[in-house]
Amino acid sequence: MNAWTNIKAIVKRELGGYFTSPIAYVFLVIFLLLTGFFTFTVGNFFERGEASLVSFFTWHPWLYLFLVPAVGMRLWSEERRLGTIELLLTMPVTTWQAIVGKFLASWLFLALALALTFPVVITVNWLGDPDNGVIAAGYVGSLLLAGAYLAVSCMTSAMTRNQVISFIVSVVILLFLILAGFTPVTDLLSRFANPRVVEVVAAFSVMTHFEGFQRGVLDLRDFIFFASVMGFALFATGVIIRGHRAG
Amino acid sequence: MIKIENLVKAFGPKLAVNDVSFTVERGEVLGFLGPNGAGKSTTMRMVTGFIPPTSGKITVGGHDVAEEPLAAKRLIGYLPENAPGYADMTVHGFLNFMAELRGLKGGARKQAVNRVVELCFLENVLYQTIDTLSKGYKHRTCLAQSLIHDPGILVMDEPTDGLDPNQKHEVRNLIKHMGASKAIVFSTHILEEVEAACSRVIIIDRGRIVANGTPQELKARSPEGRLEDVFRAITLPDTVKEH
Ligand SMILES: Nc1ncnc2c1ncn2[C@@H]1O[C@H](COP(=O)(O)OP(=O)(O)O)[C@@H](O)[C@H]1O
Ligand SMILES: [Mg+2]
Repeated sequence: MNAWTNIKAIVKRELGGYFTSPIAYVFLVIFLLLTGFFTFTVGNFFERGEASLVSFFTWHPWLYLFLVPAVGMRLWSEERRLGTIELLLTMPVTTWQAIVGKFLASWLFLALALALTFPVVITVNWLGDPDNGVIAAGYVGSLLLAGAYLAVSCMTSAMTRNQVISFIVSVVILLFLILAGFTPVTDLLSRFANPRVVEVVAAFSVMTHFEGFQRGVLDLRDFIFFASVMGFALFATGVIIRGHRAG
Repeated sequence: MIKIENLVKAFGPKLAVNDVSFTVERGEVLGFLGPNGAGKSTTMRMVTGFIPPTSGKITVGGHDVAEEPLAAKRLIGYLPENAPGYADMTVHGFLNFMAELRGLKGGARKQAVNRVVELCFLENVLYQTIDTLSKGYKHRTCLAQSLIHDPGILVMDEPTDGLDPNQKHEVRNLIKHMGASKAIVFSTHILEEVEAACSRVIIIDRGRIVANGTPQELKARSPEGRLEDVFRAITLPDTVKEH
C-alpha cells in the first residue's frame, strides 16, 4: 500500500529534521546527563548495594515530563507556523498518515535516546549479577511511557502555532497523568476519599502502569493502558487538525 | 477539469465565499482577481482539499474532492499563498520529499526533481536551506514543488507576490506556456497580470463572483477599455462612479 510509503517518507523527513539541527545532539546529551545524574547521584545507585536498575527507571516519568514535550512540541505547531501544513495536507496523503508518520519519527528518536543509555546496563552487569529480564521489561515500559507522553505532546502541538504554549500545556496534562498515581498524592487522597475512588483515579495514571514494568512484570493491562493513551491522543490530534481546517 | 458548484464557506457568521460557481477546462488559464479579503485563498484551499466547504460541490478531473480527496489531490499542483517551505530543509531535500509524497521513485524522482530545478532556475541554491533563501528563490522553490508531478491542474495563490519585475515576467510566461496543456487557476490582485497571462478572468468581491469573461470582454465594459476602471467600478460599488 502507498499508505506505508507516505508514512515512511514523513518519518524520514522528520528524523532528518532532528539531525540537521544541533538541537537533536543537545537533547541527547542533556538526556544522558540527566539520566546519569538521577541514577547515580539522586537515586543512590551505588549505595543501594543491589544489582538492578531501579534507581534508573524510577526517574523516567519525571525526566520525560520535560524532555518528551521538548521533542513533541514542534511536531504540528511548526507546520502551522510555517504554513507547510497546507502543503502537507494537500498532498495525496491522509491526515492520519501524516500524524502517524510524525509520531513514529519522534518516537524513534526517543528510542534512540533510550538506547544510548546502554552503558548503565553494562555497568550494572559488570558490578553484579542483575536480572536482565527485569531490565528489559523496564526498557519496554520506559519506551511505552515515552510514547504515551509523546502522543499527548503531539496533541497539544496541534492546538497552537506557538511551541512554548504547546510545551506548557503538554507538561500540565502529563503532570496530571503522573500525580493521579503518585504515591504521596494517592496517600493524601485516601485520607479524604473512598479507597475505590482513589483506585479508579490512580488507574488513569502512568505511574500505576509503569510500576509493573520496573519490577519485571509484563501485564497486558499495562500495555493496553499505554496503547490507549497513544491511540486516544493521536485520534484527538486528528480531530484538532480537522477542526482548524474546518474553521 | 475543475468544476465548482454553489460553493459556500462560512467562518462563524462571516461568509468568506458566497455561492461561487465556475469551471476551468484544459488549455485555460483562469485569473482569479479580487481585492484583499475577497475570498480567493479560501476558494483555492477548498479546491485543493485543504479546508472543507460549508456547502457546495467541487469536482476535480471527475473526482469529488469531498468523497475522493486523494484522487483529486493527485491531479493538482498547488502553490499556497506566501509559498511555504520547511525552513530546515535544503531545496534539494524538500523537492525530493515532495516528489516522494507524490509517489515518484528512484530514477523517475531524480528526473522530476532535475526538471523542475531547471524550469524554476534553482541550480544555484540547490543545497541551501530554505530559511536562507531570498523571497524570490523561496517562491520559486514552492512553485517547483507544485510542478514536480507534472500535474494536469495547477492552482496558484498569488504566484507572483513578492517577486521582482523580472521574476514576475518569468513566472507569467511560464504560466502562459503551461496553460496550453493544463487547466490553471491563479489568483492575483494585480490587473496587468491578468492581461498578460489569462484566457479568462473571474472577478470576486466579498465572496461573490461579480464578473466572468475574457480580458477583452471585461475591458469592453469600460469606455476607455481599461480593466482597472472595470475592476474599480464593480468591486467598489459604494464609491461614486465616474462617466
Ligand atoms: N481561518 C479563517 N477564519 C476566519 N476567517 C477567515 C479565515 N480564513 C479567511 N478568513 C476570512 O475570509 C475572508 C476571505 O479571505 P481570503 O480568502 O484569504 O481572501 P483573499 O485571498 O481574497 O485575500 C477574509 O475576510 C478573511 O478574514
Ligand atoms: Mg489570499
